[in-house]
Amino acid sequence: MRKTFSALVAGAALLIAAGASAQEIRIGIAQEPSSIDPHYHNLGPNNGFLSHIYERLIQQDSKQRLKPALAVSWKPISETVWEFKLRKGVKWHDGSPFTADDVVFTAERAVNVPNSPSSFGTYLKGKTFKKIDDYTVHVSTPNPYPLMATEMSTILIISKKAAEGAQTKDFNLGKAAIGTGPYKFVKWQKGDIVEFARNDDYWGGKPKWGRVILKPISSAPTRVAAMLAGDVDMIDGVPTADIETLKKNSKVKLSQGISNRVIYLHMDQNRDKSPFVTDKDGNPMDKNPLKDVRVRKAISMMINRPAIVERVMEGVAIPAGQLVSKTFFGHTPNLNPEKHDPAAAKKLLKEAGWGGGFGLTIHGPNNRYINDAKICEAIAQMLTRGGIPTKVVTMPKNVYFKRASRGGPDKSPEFSFILVGWGSGTGEASSPLKSLLTTYDKSKGHGASNRGRHSNPKMDALVVKALATVDDEKRRALLQSATEVGIGEDQGIIPLHYQVNTWATRPGLRYDARTDERTLAMDIQIVK
Amino acid sequence: MSVFIIRRLLQSVVVIWVMSLLVFGGVYLIGDPIDMLINPEADQEDIDAAIRALGLDKPITEQYWFFLINAVKGDLGSSFIFNEPALQLILARMPATMELAFAALFLSIVLGIPLGMWAGLHPNSLSGRSIMTGSILGFSLPSFWVGIMFIMFFAVVLGVLPSGGRGETTEFLGLQVSFLSWKGLSYILLPAINLALFKLSLVIRLSRAGTQEVIHQDYIKFARAKGISEKRVILVHVLKNIMIPVVTILGLEFGSVIAFAVVTETVFAWPGMGKLIIESIDQLDRPVIVAYLMIIVFMFIVINLVVDILYSVLDPRVRLQDVKA
Repeated sequence: MRKTFSALVAGAALLIAAGASAQEIRIGIAQEPSSIDPHYHNLGPNNGFLSHIYERLIQQDSKQRLKPALAVSWKPISETVWEFKLRKGVKWHDGSPFTADDVVFTAERAVNVPNSPSSFGTYLKGKTFKKIDDYTVHVSTPNPYPLMATEMSTILIISKKAAEGAQTKDFNLGKAAIGTGPYKFVKWQKGDIVEFARNDDYWGGKPKWGRVILKPISSAPTRVAAMLAGDVDMIDGVPTADIETLKKNSKVKLSQGISNRVIYLHMDQNRDKSPFVTDKDGNPMDKNPLKDVRVRKAISMMINRPAIVERVMEGVAIPAGQLVSKTFFGHTPNLNPEKHDPAAAKKLLKEAGWGGGFGLTIHGPNNRYINDAKICEAIAQMLTRGGIPTKVVTMPKNVYFKRASRGGPDKSPEFSFILVGWGSGTGEASSPLKSLLTTYDKSKGHGASNRGRHSNPKMDALVVKALATVDDEKRRALLQSATEVGIGEDQGIIPLHYQVNTWATRPGLRYDARTDERTLAMDIQIVK
Repeated sequence: MSVFIIRRLLQSVVVIWVMSLLVFGGVYLIGDPIDMLINPEADQEDIDAAIRALGLDKPITEQYWFFLINAVKGDLGSSFIFNEPALQLILARMPATMELAFAALFLSIVLGIPLGMWAGLHPNSLSGRSIMTGSILGFSLPSFWVGIMFIMFFAVVLGVLPSGGRGETTEFLGLQVSFLSWKGLSYILLPAINLALFKLSLVIRLSRAGTQEVIHQDYIKFARAKGISEKRVILVHVLKNIMIPVVTILGLEFGSVIAFAVVTETVFAWPGMGKLIIESIDQLDRPVIVAYLMIIVFMFIVINLVVDILYSVLDPRVRLQDVKA
């Protein structure tokens, strides 16, 4: 009898728990989306949170691998044309069917959003969309285009019927915010709440949560407090300093995973007179030691990456030797994080004729990446110990990035030695290689974020060739060799570590930590 | 009096114009919004296109002229981030901040004046001294720290109050407000106290000093000699006479309550103007920064005007006229 009773109670408790947990999920988020219009602003939080409402032809899973979504298959049918077969039986939130017209409409609309501060033209330019039948779309490009699938995994598809002629405002108010995604848009009160409701007709099965509530809480201690108080079921952006304490708290479970963001150093390899490279006493010099690959290698060897990870990042980061980590397309097994070797570094410096050392200033942001200012300080100490006295200057990101990109004369980068990060939104190595390491060339769109102005024609050629090679395996090999040249041979940049992101949930939940740092209700798992 | 008000409003136009010039020049000096807004994967061509789309390619004089012409028409520009009129964006957040500010003001008056008077009437008692010591704490503890401590204690440890946000609101005169429901009150309580702490201490000190000064005046002695009840002496004769400094300071400080709300709003995730301005500064959303500061300047002007008018009501000796300074 007693046994039956307790079994009953346990069963009831389980039912209640499952019922309650599957109803509503409240998530405290660090950064609020800026719009419900999926093409207004190509920005991390928007691309993430709007995936609840809208879907892409191809989606990136939690490890940023490409998976079918609104397209069931895609393949190149000629050198310059890709064919996308669309999923049948998908319905928009207003009940109308999803067809090729919506895809063509989206492609036209996404590049023409008025006042867009960051347009999706980046991924769509040069592509022509053509409807073949209701469930087939052909996309053609002037030249062979291997990144077609990757880039299509960035564009959220909107409904032609609901969004024709719609302005960004119409999306924000909900009128045009019609998607095919697992959740329907309910409301957005800026600064306070974003709310979604379950889409019962979702093609991928019934979504887990009845209601998804996102609460923007930008202050990190408040976000953690909201989690501890049980006001939210999950938070993103758990500060590294709190991780140890939270681990011991039974009210909270942590989910961690490597992100696609690498933290690295750029060194001025262009100017002979670099403004923040001095002699040991701080006087300007006519010669720039950073142009010598041996000096760059020596700097890399002076940096004790495991120590930075352990001490500064509280163990929550992974030492890096290239731009993307192991699971990403284009990662090369031949490049490992540089070993900390002060003796060898010293020898190399001497060989390069800089045995007497020189002075440097490292510039970095202080509110952009996890512990960014502290990392700069740690690096400065390590270099100073290695014979390169280094000063630290950090500043808020809104001041920093302009100066780092074009604060100097003729819009050249202002600094000589800087700390930056790069998140591979496309989930493969070509985009960081192209932006950070190819020769700066405005007309070709190369090296847009190459703030150290690394330049090596051999690497440029490899990247250009990779960007025109449709065959995956051949392209992978090309990207790998480009990385080996740009980072291995040239030390064009010095990778430090990959960030690891931390989410906190209440017990009974687990988050499939996404490499793209997105916080999505779809990736929250209920665990027993 | 109406001449006085009209004159003051005309002066305020000049002040606002000078402010716009300063702010516009100031935000132009820090950073470039494009670096905050653009996706890193954009190439140089995309960046240029975005710069053009936001009108940032024009020289600053032209940008300012354009801004000024639109401002005269009542359009303070559109937010780079939200693509909505900056004014509308701020006004939509204003009720939340105003409610918080008024709640804080209300708390500092209803608690501050009685406590201050008590301390003034019983300066050597234990309670009087405790009140004064407490007010020192209110002055000196940084408000973000107090805010976090409040959250840790009331929301995390005791679990009796929500940790932040605004919760459900009720509609009142077309505005969304919190103070009409118990749930709403539970959300506004901590941030309001947090915001009120400094003002409260100020009011306590002012009321105490005022009380101690007034209590020894001849008219109080005379009133007592006439046999007027102590209650009436304190509630009418003393209270009325300590109000002038309190009103002056609270008036002036009300503007700063709204400004200080920036910290409280950020800590408590309160969806008001303060949180908006902090995020706008972070992202260099220039139109919102400029519009916000101009609204704040305008508000200070209005508050000062109201304080001047209140003076003449409280103290018949004061006449409203232009002081040539």
